[in-house]
Amino acid sequence: MSHLLSIIVFLPLVGATLILLLAMRGSKQAVAGNARWIALAFTIADFILTLVLWAKFDGTSAQFQFVEHAAWLTNGISYHMGVDGISMLFVVLTGLLMPFCILASWESIETRVAEYMVAFLVLETLMMGVFTSLDLFLFYLFFEGGLIPMFLIIGVWGGKRRVYASYKFFLYTLLGSVLMLLAILAMYLQTGTTDIETIINTAHFPVWMQTWMWLAFFASFAVKMPMWPVHTWLPDAHVEAPTAGSVILAGILLKMGGYGFLRFSLPMFASASVTFAPLVFVLSIVAIIATSLIALAQEDMKKLIAYSSVAHMGFVTMGIFSLTHQGIEGGIFQMLSHGVVSGALFLCVGVVYDRMHTREIAAYGGLVNRMPMYAACFMVFTLANVGLPGTGGFVGEFLTMLGAFIHNTWVAIFAATGVILSAAYALYLYWRVIFGELVKPALQTIKDLSLREVAILAPLVVITIAMGIYPKPIFDVTSASVANLVEQNHAAMAYGHPPSKVAALARGAGR
Amino acid sequence: MNLAHDLYVLLPELVLAVGAMVLLLIGAVRGDKSANAITILAVILIAVSAYLSMTIGDGSAFHGAFVMDSFARFSKAVILWSSAACVLLAHRFFDLEKNARFELPVLVIIASLGMSLMVSASNFIALYMGLELQSLALYVLAAFNRDSVRSSEAGLKYFLLGSLSSGMMLYGISLIYGFTGSLDFHVVAGIIGSAGVSTGLIFGLVFLLAGLAFKISAVPFHMWTPDVYEGAPTPITAYLATASKVASLAMVVRAVVVPFPGAFHQWQQIVVAISALSMALGAFAAIGQTNIKRLMAYSSIGHMGYALLGLAAGSPRGIQAVLFYLAFYSFTNIGIFACIQAMRRAGRAVEDIYDLAGLARTQPALAFAFSAMMLSLAGLPPVAGIVAKALIFLAALDAHLYALAIFGVLTSVVAAYYYLRIVKVIYFDEAAAPFDRTIGWSVGVIAAITTIMTFGFVIRIDVLFDYADLAARNLLK
Repeated sequence: MSHLLSIIVFLPLVGATLILLLAMRGSKQAVAGNARWIALAFTIADFILTLVLWAKFDGTSAQFQFVEHAAWLTNGISYHMGVDGISMLFVVLTGLLMPFCILASWESIETRVAEYMVAFLVLETLMMGVFTSLDLFLFYLFFEGGLIPMFLIIGVWGGKRRVYASYKFFLYTLLGSVLMLLAILAMYLQTGTTDIETIINTAHFPVWMQTWMWLAFFASFAVKMPMWPVHTWLPDAHVEAPTAGSVILAGILLKMGGYGFLRFSLPMFASASVTFAPLVFVLSIVAIIATSLIALAQEDMKKLIAYSSVAHMGFVTMGIFSLTHQGIEGGIFQMLSHGVVSGALFLCVGVVYDRMHTREIAAYGGLVNRMPMYAACFMVFTLANVGLPGTGGFVGEFLTMLGAFIHNTWVAIFAATGVILSAAYALYLYWRVIFGELVKPALQTIKDLSLREVAILAPLVVITIAMGIYPKPIFDVTSASVANLVEQNHAAMAYGHPPSKVAALARGAGR
Repeated sequence: MNLAHDLYVLLPELVLAVGAMVLLLIGAVRGDKSANAITILAVILIAVSAYLSMTIGDGSAFHGAFVMDSFARFSKAVILWSSAACVLLAHRFFDLEKNARFELPVLVIIASLGMSLMVSASNFIALYMGLELQSLALYVLAAFNRDSVRSSEAGLKYFLLGSLSSGMMLYGISLIYGFTGSLDFHVVAGIIGSAGVSTGLIFGLVFLLAGLAFKISAVPFHMWTPDVYEGAPTPITAYLATASKVASLAMVVRAVVVPFPGAFHQWQQIVVAISALSMALGAFAAIGQTNIKRLMAYSSIGHMGYALLGLAAGSPRGIQAVLFYLAFYSFTNIGIFACIQAMRRAGRAVEDIYDLAGLARTQPALAFAFSAMMLSLAGLPPVAGIVAKALIFLAALDAHLYALAIFGVLTSVVAAYYYLRIVKVIYFDEAAAPFDRTIGWSVGVIAAITTIMTFGFVIRIDVLFDYADLAARNLLK
C-alpha cells in the first residue's frame, strides 16, 4: 500500500511544525525570512507530489486509487484515504495554488509572518484532507477544521471590517455544517459505517430519509458553494481577506461545496437529488442572473470578482444537477478553471492593491500606459472569466449548459443570458481599470510587474490558455469516474426496494 | 455480610478518609508552613486512591449500598484526576495570593471522598450522604478567600441554595421510599417493574430530579452558578466546574437509570426539557458576559445540557456518550482554568476577557492553549470537542430525539460565537499589557498536558471510547 496521499496531506503540517520550532529563537527578521522560505519549499514540494500523483493516476479506472486504510475508531469509522477521477484534480489544484499564495504574501504580509505561514500550511493539510478522505467522519473533521485557520487568516491579517467578515464567514458555514454532522450520524446509525465507498456501493436509504439527508448536506454545501441566497458571507469575506486568503477562498474552499454534491448527494441520495434538481436549477439561475447584475454595480474590485464567483458557481450546480455526463464533467471542469482564473484575478487585484492600498475601481484608470505586462495578464484572466473560447472558462461553461440543455431547455436559455452579463461586468471592470488616459496623479509613478509577480502570473496565464485549448488531460482523468457516477445514480434510482440493513455487509467489506 | 470484604471494596475511599484525617493532624500540629508538604501528600493520596479504584475488581458492599463497577471506576478516574489537578492549581494560586493554608488540600480530599461515594452509591441514603459530604466541603472551599467579600458571598449563596436543593431531594427520596418501601436502587426498580408507576412516585421522582438538577446547575435550577463561579477562588471554581459536575452528573445517571427503568418515559420528558433549556440558556446568556469566569459558568450550564441529552436517550449508547462527554469536559475545563489562573497582572488576578487582548503577541504558547481549548468546547474539529458532541448527538438520533438533536446543534452554533469571541480577543485585538510570568511549573504542565490531550484525543479516542462503552453496559445490564 502506498502512502503517497498521506504524505501529500500531512507534509504541510511538517512544514508548519518546522516554522514553529525555528520561530522559538532568532530575530524577527530571521524568523519571518525562514517562515517564508520554508512555507514556499514545502508547498512546492507538495505540489510536485500532487503532480506525481497525477502521473501515476490511472484515468481509465473509476475505482478509488492510492487507497490507504487503517483502523481508527471502532464500528466502521476508519482512516480511509483515496482519490478517484473526481477528487484527484482538486488535490492537484490545491497543490498548484498554494505556492502562489505564499509568493503573493511575500511582501504584503509584514506582521506575524511565521503565524501566517503556519495558518496557510495547516489550511493546506485540511483542504487536501477534504478531497482525499473516504470516511465521512474524517471528511467532516477536515471540512470543519478548515474554518479555523481561515477564520484567523481573515481576522488577523484582513482589512478594516475583518472581525465582522470573519465571524460571518465562520458562523454561516458552521450553521450549515452542523446539520450535515447530524445527517452523517444518522447515516452511521442506518448503515453501521461511515465508510464512503461502502455506503455508495451498498447502502440504499429510504426515500423519506434521503430527503432529509439531502437537505442537511445541501445546507452545508450550498453555504460553502455559495448558492444564492446564502452567498452573502462571500463578498464580505473576500473583501476583507488578504489577497492569498481570497485566492484560497475562491480557488479551493468554494469547490468543496461542488465536490460534496458530487461525492455525497448524487450517489448516496439519488432519488432526492432528482426530486430537488428543479430547486437547484432555480437557485442556480437566480444566482447566475442576479449576482451578475449585482456585480455590474460594484465599486470594489474584490467584491465584483466575489459576486462573479457566485454566478460561476451557479453554472457548476446547474451542470452537476443536470445529472448528465456532460453536465457533471462540465461542472468539474468549471470548478477547476474557476479555481485557477478567480485565484489569478484576486492575485491581479492584489498586485495593484499592494501599490495603491485601495480596491476602489474609481481610483484606477489607464493602467495600460504604465503597466503593459499587467494589462496583458489581467486581460487573459478577464476573458477567461467571461468564458471566451480558447480559455479554460469556456469549456466548463459550454459543457454545463450542454448538460442543462439535455435536461431542460429553459434552464440553458436562462443560463446563457448569464454569459452575456458576465461579459458585461468583466469587460466593464477591465475598461475602467486598465483603459483610458492615465490622469490620476497617484498613478503617475506606478510600476509594472516585478519579477516575483511575473513568476506568479505567467504560469497561471499558461495554464488558463492550456486548459482552453487542450482540455483532454483533464477529461482523461475525470471521464471514467463521472461515467461511473452517472451509472451509480441511475442504478440507485432504479433501486426501488426498502433499505437493506447493510451493517453486516459493511463489516464484511470493510476489511 | 463480610466486613473484611466490604472494607476491601471500599479501600480507595478508606485511603482518602484516613489520609484526610492524618493530613489534618499534621497540619494542626505543624501549622500553615506544612502547606507545601500537605499538598504533595494530598496529590499522592489521590493518586493511590485512583490506582486502587482501577485495580480493585467489581464488587458491592454494605448490602449493596456501595458498588464498585466499571461505571464507578470510569467516573472516579475522571474525578480524581480533576481533584489532583485542582490541588496543584490551588497550591500555586494561594502561594501567589500569600494565603497558603494547609486546610485546602484536606478539604479537597474530603470533597473527593464524597464524590467517590456519590458515584458508587446504589442506595438513596448512601447517595445522600456522599452528596452532603461533598457539598459541605465545597461550601467551605467556595468561601476560602475569607477576606474577600465576593468569595464569602459565593460561599454563602452556594450554601443556602445547596441546602434548599438537598432538602428538595430528601423530600423526593422520602416520597420514593413511601411509595416503594425501599431505598435500594435495584429493589425500587423491581417494585416499579411489578407494581407500575404511581402518581406519588412520580412526585418523588420530580423532586429528586429537581434537587439533582441544582447540583449539576441545569436550567431552571442554575441561578447560583455564575455568582459562585465568579466569587470563588479560580482553582476552586475549576474544581466546582469539573470534579463536582462530573460526580453529580454521574450520580444523576445512576440514580435515574438504575432505579427507574420502569418510569423511563416519565423521567425522559423531564430530562429532555431541562436539557433543551440548559443548552439554550448556556448559549444565549454567555454572549453578554465579559467576566471570563461568569462566561465559563454559562458555558458549563450549556455543557450540562449536552450531557443530559445523552442521558435523555437512556440507552447504553447514551450513557457511553455522557461518560465520554464528561471526560472531555473535565480535562478541557481544567486546562482552561489553568490558563485563567495565569491571567495575573501586577500581582493581581484579572478576570475580564478584554484583559486577554492580543495575548497571541505577548504569550503565544498560552494564547494557543487557551484558544485550542475554547474551540474544543465549541465543538469544532480537529480538537476533542467534536468527538464528544458527535457521540451525544448520535445517541440522541438513535433514540429518535430528532428535534432535540437539531435544537442542540443549533445552540452549539450560537455558543460557538462566544467561544470564538475569546479567540478573537486573543488573536485579533491589539495587545494589552502582558501578564505576569508567574504561571509556575505545575500550572504550566497542567495546561500543556490538557492542550496535548485536546489534540491527541482525536487520534486515540478508541481507548476512552471502549472504556466508556464497558462502563455504560455494566450500568445497564
